[in-house]
Amino acid sequence: MIECKNITKAYKTGAGETAVLKGVSFVIADGEFVAIMGPSGSGKSTLMHILGALDVPTSGIYLLDGQDISKLSDDQLADIRKNKIGFVFQSFNLLPRATVLRNVALPLMYAGMKKEQREERAKQALMAAGLPEDRWGHLSNQLSGGQMQRVAIARALVNDPSIILADEPTGNLDTKTGEIVLDTFQQLNSQHGRMIVLITHERYVAEHTNRIIHIRDGEITDDEKNIKHRIANHHQL
Amino acid sequence: MNIADIFRETFSALLSNKARSGLTILGIVIGIGSVIAMISVGQGSTASIQSSIQSLGSNLLMVSPSFQRGVGMQVSAGRGSARTLKQEDVDAIQKEIMLIKAIAPELSSRYQIIAKGTNTNTSVLGTTPNYPEVRNVQIESGSFVSEQNVRSLSKVAVLGPTTRDDLFGEGVNPIGQTIHINKVDFKVIGVTKEKGGSGMSNQDDMIFVPLSTAQRFLAGSSYLSTIYIEIVDQESMTTAQEQITSLLLSRHNISNPELADFSVINQADIVASVSSISSTLTILLAAIAGISLIVGGIGIMNMMLTTVTERTREIGLRKAIGAKKKDISLQFLIESIMLTFIGGIVGIFLGWILSYAVAYFGSMTTEVTSWSIFLAVGVSACIGIIFGFYPARRAAGLNPIEALRYE
Repeated sequence: MIECKNITKAYKTGAGETAVLKGVSFVIADGEFVAIMGPSGSGKSTLMHILGALDVPTSGIYLLDGQDISKLSDDQLADIRKNKIGFVFQSFNLLPRATVLRNVALPLMYAGMKKEQREERAKQALMAAGLPEDRWGHLSNQLSGGQMQRVAIARALVNDPSIILADEPTGNLDTKTGEIVLDTFQQLNSQHGRMIVLITHERYVAEHTNRIIHIRDGEITDDEKNIKHRIANHHQL
Repeated sequence: MNIADIFRETFSALLSNKARSGLTILGIVIGIGSVIAMISVGQGSTASIQSSIQSLGSNLLMVSPSFQRGVGMQVSAGRGSARTLKQEDVDAIQKEIMLIKAIAPELSSRYQIIAKGTNTNTSVLGTTPNYPEVRNVQIESGSFVSEQNVRSLSKVAVLGPTTRDDLFGEGVNPIGQTIHINKVDFKVIGVTKEKGGSGMSNQDDMIFVPLSTAQRFLAGSSYLSTIYIEIVDQESMTTAQEQITSLLLSRHNISNPELADFSVINQADIVASVSSISSTLTILLAAIAGISLIVGGIGIMNMMLTTVTERTREIGLRKAIGAKKKDISLQFLIESIMLTFIGGIVGIFLGWILSYAVAYFGSMTTEVTSWSIFLAVGVSACIGIIFGFYPARRAAGLNPIEALRYE
């Protein structure tokens, strides 16, 4: 459960302060699949950094599962990221010379889990992300783009987070592969009940979700339920 | 993140760039290796100098003539030139000083020696039968100068092994042969055992003759060049030195000790001063080698800074998935410590091999001491920490958002 109350973010520049977020408020419940959509410069990346506990707001309150994390220290934020958040990046950010399994298990290393247990959990996550088992021993730079992104999704899943934050996850993929990755997200949401927040600038990508929050110039301009997709999704099941 | 994980991460990071890791380690290997080799050379020469001084004899005092300077005269004839020591001084010391064990006077000078078509130039020492005991000289074959030889001014000679080799050839028994010292015939009656040593202080390149014979036929004077005195034990050395000094001062009618025409030298003083010279030498050698160690350390810092820059995105990712500052800095610190540690281990072996090579090909004594190994390992660990600290801190301080965007 995410609750944002009047969140602002301003950066100090030479000429004074530049406001990137100007009072953003919304609630995302567990199990929702939401897109935050806006053009570049709208403040959606800054919002994602705050939601992902990579940054703290200048003012306002951000409650993650009821805990106010808007005023935590760097190390406390690292703990939040370790336990509650899974990231999927546009450029995958896998360790190139490490195997798929090691990449996926990496977050659990910082959580202090034993190696055998880590690998067990990594295998489950890879299964959920839909990467064929014969790829698990490969080095991550031997995979195709779509496979890499599914490894990254497995890595985001492995610590059983409250939210999965995906920042333009299809930006580096062709349409067909992007479709597969988005399907993976839909399945994780509909079958496993994961909360997924997808940040994108493309309407087409956002339409795969159940709710679209529009952001422009640091303010929420629209919050629409994507009923069409929900029905389509329902038919699939 | 436990220790095993950190080591796994470290090894995979170092192995992913083998050439660069290898060259960086090489810098440390050369540094540590040369420190150990240089210290071993220094230590070895200290040890060999000390042992050659010890072989002069133990608990030894040496009385030698000092400046010869008349009352009111400003001109000094130089140290050792004075003809002030006489047989009577020897007798008086023997009679009045209780702490002495044995005493041997010596009159030495260099002469040309001729034997059956070969010749050499070496020291000829006129002395008494006590000399072998006092100076720790042993007889290999034949006999040393006897009391009878001294009393009857016998023209007999005992050769050092090097002199024997020079005059008669190696392994030849020279006993009974005749040699000419300063155109006087001497009969060879013995050869001393090899003691080692080289150069001016070669204990093996000498000829011993009776003191009386040397005074009468070679020097033509009754003065002595040195009196060697063996003292009963180590503790009495200083007391004996003081007693002998005051006895000789009163015998020579000198009231001001600063004007003494002789000097009494304690063997321990020589050992101490030579040791201090050679330990200065050791420090100098080690310092020169230490510079290469520092250069190696800078190599590590350089590599780690490059690595941190190259892996900025990786650091960003690790932070995004929950790594704390401490986890990141520890990982990079362990990487640089690992580089110096591997370099240190290989360097110890290299240093050891170098020191053997120096001993084998350079015919120098070397000695690898355990403290030099501890020093080298300690220094290399410190270098890893010091030169790895800044890059590790830089990595840990990266902002995850900016690091993830880094191209």
